[in-house]
Amino acid sequence: MADAPALLEAQGLVMRFGAFTALRGISATIRGGEVVGLIGTNGAGKTTFLNMVTGYLRPTEGRVLLEGRDVTGTGPREMVGRGLARSFQVPQLFPEMTAREHLVLAEALADQGQRSLLGPLPEGGRAEAMLARFGLAAIADTAVSLVPQGQRKLIDIAMALMLRPRLLLLDEPTSGVSSAEKGPLMQTVFEAIRAGGVTVLFVEHDMEIVERYVTRILAFRDGELLADGTPEAVLRDREVARSVLRRKEVAT
Amino acid sequence: MFRRADLRLAAAGAVLLAATSLMPGWLLVLAATALAKGIVALGLLLLMRAGLVPFGQAMFYCLGGYAAGLGSLWLGIRDVLLLLLLAGLAAGAAGWVVGLLIRRYRGIFFAMLSMAFSMILYGVLLKSQDLGSSDGFSVPRPTLLGLTMTGTPALRILFAVTVLLTVLLAWGVSAYLRTAMGQIGPAIRQNEVRVSYLGYEPDRLIHREYAASGLLAGVAGALVAMLVGQVDPGMGFWMTSGEFVFIAILAGTGGIWGSLGAAFILEAVHAIAFDVAPTYWRLILGGTLLVMILRFPAGLSSLAPRRVRRA
Repeated sequence: MADAPALLEAQGLVMRFGAFTALRGISATIRGGEVVGLIGTNGAGKTTFLNMVTGYLRPTEGRVLLEGRDVTGTGPREMVGRGLARSFQVPQLFPEMTAREHLVLAEALADQGQRSLLGPLPEGGRAEAMLARFGLAAIADTAVSLVPQGQRKLIDIAMALMLRPRLLLLDEPTSGVSSAEKGPLMQTVFEAIRAGGVTVLFVEHDMEIVERYVTRILAFRDGELLADGTPEAVLRDREVARSVLRRKEVAT
Repeated sequence: MFRRADLRLAAAGAVLLAATSLMPGWLLVLAATALAKGIVALGLLLLMRAGLVPFGQAMFYCLGGYAAGLGSLWLGIRDVLLLLLLAGLAAGAAGWVVGLLIRRYRGIFFAMLSMAFSMILYGVLLKSQDLGSSDGFSVPRPTLLGLTMTGTPALRILFAVTVLLTVLLAWGVSAYLRTAMGQIGPAIRQNEVRVSYLGYEPDRLIHREYAASGLLAGVAGALVAMLVGQVDPGMGFWMTSGEFVFIAILAGTGGIWGSLGAAFILEAVHAIAFDVAPTYWRLILGGTLLVMILRFPAGLSSLAPRRVRRA
């Protein structure tokens, strides 16, 4: 996959919030077809990185390239228009709306190029299939503020997938989800992802999940890229083990 | 295509039209003013659904009134429908221009900025001697399709035009609220960041809806100007805006009926209170509104049965 074209490129990204520097010059490339895991302790800059490459934050220094085109400083709307979608660590939903309304709205906005938004909502379309795939049919008509956290995560991710992205960024898809639910959740997510042939970058703390799904790992520490390589190589790296995984000894 | 709600709207319009010949002049003016304010409230409904309350909507109301008056005096346009079109386009265009700036603001900043613009217009009109300064000027009686209108029959015709226009605009707004785009406003209110991450620019929707609300307020201002036969800068004063905001809050965000109903209630209470206690009418008006807001915190439109989704 090393020869696949670069989908997303971060070049020397620096982010300062006043006197605090969250990212200190991160460069990384994600190629089509990869599933990349982003690991690091809290405060290492993982979410800041996602916020920058999705256009929510403008980097203090550095550039973001999407398919070779400089997209630094364009907003999330443009990035989504170019084939990117993301989910959030804390599900970003519309509290008064139901799961079905979320996915139907996402479908309408995904298809806004082909179908006028001044027409009716596309009810009964792709959204129904997505509800079924994520096992959300039973709670499809409940306001999401009354839905358990695990399913809120699924709705959040399903909305991102409704956009038919080429690059999907998942910010801690299993955080706040009980350990029993983590496995099935990731399985559901990855079945849906494989059905669409999507390139994925996901932030995750659970190393079992990381090892099971990723083709490559980026490890952050204090706003710097500590390691970038195959799961085997990165997880055995002495520095990663000590400062990211917080293990005393390297597993052999 | 036509739903039961549309039929109810048409029926309400028909009842009002049928009652026209029975209503005395004062009631015609009162009811037509209430309907016109209902049109303003329809525009505010769009913005309130997106979580925005403009405190300067009187600017467009005033602009519409002046556009109708000046269209008649300066351009020699006498036809009601053409003047309404002119006023709507002028106020809509003004809304689009102001929207270029205001689309980026939310909450109190949005409210105050819109009020600042309206007070600029108020100040300019107050100082414009050609436009009659604080007295404004009288607007000639318009004609309808070449027919000259005078006296009470003129009021009846203007009232009928107002009824038809209100029904038409209310139908347009309710049809818009059922489209996919009509769902984006509430989504922006609930989680604006997520709307951007679904690939739609929230500012863009707010800009469009702000311009549309300006157009509606402009049409309403022109109707009232022709009905009363007079415009003055008071139409653009912040207290007029405050009245619109009050109607909008009383209405809630549930749909067109709340907006139209709230405008009628406010206008009726206003008239009765003024009749009963000319000195203390504000006390009665304020007290009534206080009770209504305490009783219906989500607005009048929360009284309508909620749309039932398929199980």
